Amino acid sequence: MKLGKVVGTVVATKKDPRLEGLKLLVVATLHPDGKKDGFYEVAADTVQAGFRETVLLCTGSSARMTQRTMDAPVDATIVAIVDSVNLDYK
Amino acid sequence: MNVGRVLGNLVATIKDPNLTGQRILAVEPLDGREPAFFALDSVGAGAGETVLYTTGREASYAFLPDFVPCNAAIVGIVDEIREEKK
Repeated sequence: MKLGKVVGTVVATKKDPRLEGLKLLVVATLHPDGKKDGFYEVAADTVQAGFRETVLLCTGSSARMTQRTMDAPVDATIVAIVDSVNLDYK
Repeated sequence: MNVGRVLGNLVATIKDPNLTGQRILAVEPLDGREPAFFALDSVGAGAGETVLYTTGREASYAFLPDFVPCNAAIVGIVDEIREEKK
């Protein structure tokens, strides 16, 4: 699982019916220390994350393992809003 | 599966209901080929320890019968790694 920062939203009118009602956010992925790694991901939001918030991303087929994204064609889901990261042993 | 070192932890109040009560730890792979990432802990590992982890969908099977959205899980604490001499 990766850290990310919400940097935008995606609007799509015509889409798979299982994506209807899902919020799609553009997330810049981060290293654990909070630095951007230069990559982006469009993720389904299940925790009502907001702009510029640091979030935890779940990617791959496990992205479908939330109540909201079950059976939906998604491969990245925001599963938590991060309060703090502690890297004492780095 | 691979081995890595636990760097620290992550705190999140708002999260998927199935992540409630799970510890989320930062793990750095020992082989250094991929960057550090976050994994759910299923064995009670602590910071600084060397651990065995699984990635991908299989990672969530460590928490069965719960349906946990995670793609990396710590599934063992490494005591020692023996390398055969050639």
